[in-house]
Amino acid sequence: MLMPKPNADVLAKRDALVAGLRRIVANPEGVIDDKDDLRAFECDGLSAYRQLPMIAVLPSTVREISDILKYCQAEGVNVVPRGAGTSLSGGALPLADGVLLGLGKFNKILEIDYDNRCVVAQPGVTNLAITDAVKGDGFYYAPDPSSQIACSIGGNVAENSGGVHCLKYGLTTHNLLGIEMVTMDGEIIRLGGKHLDAEGYDLLGVMTGSEGLLGVITEVTVRILRSPEHISAQLIGFPSSEQAGDCVGKIIGAGIIPAGMEMMDRYAIHAAEEFCHAGYPLDVEALLIIELDGPEVEIAHYQTQIDAIAKDCGATVSRISETEEERMTFWAGRKAAFPAVGRISPDYMCMDGTIPRSQLPKVLKRMNELSKQYGLRVANVFHAGDGNLHPLILFDANNPGELEKCEAFGADILKLCVEVGGVLTGEHGVGIEKRDLMGEMFSEEDLKQQQRLKCAFDPGGRLNPGKVFPVLHRCAELGKMHVHNGELPFPDIPRF
Amino acid sequence: MQISKITEEQQIADMLDWALAGKHGLTIQGAGSKAGIGRPVTTEQGLDLSGLTGVEMYEPAELVMKAKAGTKVSEIQSLLRQSEQRLAFDPPDYGPLLGGTAEAGTLGGIFSANLSGSARIKAGSARDHLLGVQGFTGRAQAFQTGSRVMKNVTGYDLCKLVAGSYGTLAIATSLTFKVLPRPEKTRTVLLYDVPLEKAQPLMNRGLSSVHDIAAAAWLPADIAATCDIEYIRGPGKSVLALKIEGPGPSAEFRCTAIREMLAGEGALEELHGHNSESFWRFVSNASAFAGNNKPLWKLSLPPANAAPFIAAIRDKAAEADYFLDWGGGLVWVQMPDGLADGGATLVRDALSGAGHATLIRGSEALRGKIAPFQPQPTAIQKINARIKDGFDPENILNPGRMYAVEEMKARV
Repeated sequence: MLMPKPNADVLAKRDALVAGLRRIVANPEGVIDDKDDLRAFECDGLSAYRQLPMIAVLPSTVREISDILKYCQAEGVNVVPRGAGTSLSGGALPLADGVLLGLGKFNKILEIDYDNRCVVAQPGVTNLAITDAVKGDGFYYAPDPSSQIACSIGGNVAENSGGVHCLKYGLTTHNLLGIEMVTMDGEIIRLGGKHLDAEGYDLLGVMTGSEGLLGVITEVTVRILRSPEHISAQLIGFPSSEQAGDCVGKIIGAGIIPAGMEMMDRYAIHAAEEFCHAGYPLDVEALLIIELDGPEVEIAHYQTQIDAIAKDCGATVSRISETEEERMTFWAGRKAAFPAVGRISPDYMCMDGTIPRSQLPKVLKRMNELSKQYGLRVANVFHAGDGNLHPLILFDANNPGELEKCEAFGADILKLCVEVGGVLTGEHGVGIEKRDLMGEMFSEEDLKQQQRLKCAFDPGGRLNPGKVFPVLHRCAELGKMHVHNGELPFPDIPRF
Repeated sequence: MQISKITEEQQIADMLDWALAGKHGLTIQGAGSKAGIGRPVTTEQGLDLSGLTGVEMYEPAELVMKAKAGTKVSEIQSLLRQSEQRLAFDPPDYGPLLGGTAEAGTLGGIFSANLSGSARIKAGSARDHLLGVQGFTGRAQAFQTGSRVMKNVTGYDLCKLVAGSYGTLAIATSLTFKVLPRPEKTRTVLLYDVPLEKAQPLMNRGLSSVHDIAAAAWLPADIAATCDIEYIRGPGKSVLALKIEGPGPSAEFRCTAIREMLAGEGALEELHGHNSESFWRFVSNASAFAGNNKPLWKLSLPPANAAPFIAAIRDKAAEADYFLDWGGGLVWVQMPDGLADGGATLVRDALSGAGHATLIRGSEALRGKIAPFQPQPTAIQKINARIKDGFDPENILNPGRMYAVEEMKARV
């Protein structure tokens, strides 16, 4: 993975930059320049790629962030923002000539506002901490990425994180009311608040999922929901993935939107079962976990319908959780699928394409062929309700060439997702991982139009360069216009 | 203004080339049912997209539809109904409110204005349902963004910018959007004679309950009196309404539970099926304010601010009419005639910096004089101006509809 060539002039003034940043950051340990200490920041959740940052800064106030950004802007230094560093796409991978801006000190919940049903938090607060802060009063924050114990809410906004319940409750963007952010020129601005919808252009909407390229998020306001009165999970096993996929389509077609609908293939089922004994059936090719929430009478009503649909689709096993403990056990296997696979393979890489659900049989078949072709095993977990695939490619980085083979296999899977009408990434982000595949999905002009948005926020291109876009264009070049002819066209179309 | 009726995408591309070469502004519209929202646009040439119609893809089991921008929202809704599905954000129809006919609005129009009805608090906004857009930028370039799948974080989500930009950034020609199942039953619990100060706290109690309330509104007695549903108009009292949706047994269970929750707060009633649906159309479409030309404001604000906000308005303009939707987060205010700025200063001061006020209806003179859209802080307007410049550097798309051309140019 090629990153932009480090700027020798910037590297040459490193000591002066350290001194300059120390003048801004009050905390004496807030500017890190020691190589060993910088090691903690060398990668994020995509640990196959590592790079020491030139300097790391850990500011404690929004004013410091603003001053750091102004200073870096003036000095021509690139900045990489970092939350908890759990990104699976390399969004927080440092730059050799860049300042890594860590937001870990921003870890306080600022306000719990039940009158407006929202929570205001600093960006470094973990996703789960928001739910923990309100669950005693019967509320929760809906998006629940599997890293929720560690990932930060600011990072969730930057990546537009999802989770297993987003089929019914939406992604981060649907649960976000407002942010405070700092632009690269140090301006502190507020978008949204405790009210709904943007006025004017929806800057909050485009900030969500912008992967740290547009601004540094310094405060987040999210809506909270009342926890459902009952939750029930159901395991349904099928002799083939096609039948399981068919069942998912028919459930939704029948007008049922479950709180969660997950699918695992044989390989993932076995790995998870060995790892945490969730009680999964081992004689099936595909397993669905369907979660319903609401009043008992509604859950029972839907479960009767789902049972009938599943039977019709050829289900061989069906079990409904009897207790809350059992429900948690059903989920334990699914939530542990990644570490479970990690245990049976020295390394694995998690892909994240989304496909139209009807294309699932085709995609699984082709993926098996590719698995044979590359000689690498693949396990599949799948947010079945919304078509978001997580193929886990197993490899051993100690075998020369195997990482490259795994990357090529992963790229083929993502190209396949696009080919069947899907997308490169459903929830993990482009980062560096899928950067060079963007051309599979977007035309050159579409990518330029996206980069013009970048220019509107960060004309100097200082924030997180080298991520998301395969080709870096200068804003002046992107702004040029090509005018064709000047004749009024279509004299024949009706005019009034 | 000369208006060209567009029937295929290539005509748009050619029109844009012409407009760019001569720096001609273009008025972009569908049915024109919302042409009265925003600053007046004066161009010599207009593009009418209402002839660019048709559903291009509809897969009920995948919850997705793609249709051309000129397709009528009402046609989409009829088609969805056949598969027991719907647009969950409750697209409102402001046609009659703005002096036009009902059911004229197009898909491109509803998404370009990002308008959502009462269900917005639970189901999300129009923009939340927009998955993909194809069209042209003001650079005369074909462009697309988003996709057809529910979960997609590939690149910047430019759909969010297209939604709510009133055709000032791009001309959308095809839109792909999420559709959802129609609930088997809808019911509405009514609580009569709730004073304004208690309205938002009571709605909040409902919305904070486990009963999964789909919409919450409060109408003062004089607004309730304009509704043609007897249960709303008849008692001559203010009405607080909570909507429930779901399969039969669940709707019934929740209705009972909500009635129990509200017991002791006042007289209760229920609307079922057709009455329930037509009541929420009355609320979503702000039908109470149709049939006159008084300045009409739509305010999005923190719900708990609703009562003090209205008190502040009524203090200065006692004849202002109003009602609450979105559990108090949406306030409609109809100002009396005779205020020089249509009440702009009054409503925006009363917001105290939290939320925004949009003039939904006002005379052309008024819309040319005041800012129909909430003025933005300088740092944000600078970004807006650069975004506009990135999409439409020559200001040919609906010039000045949202913000004055000179203001935007000055900030690039």
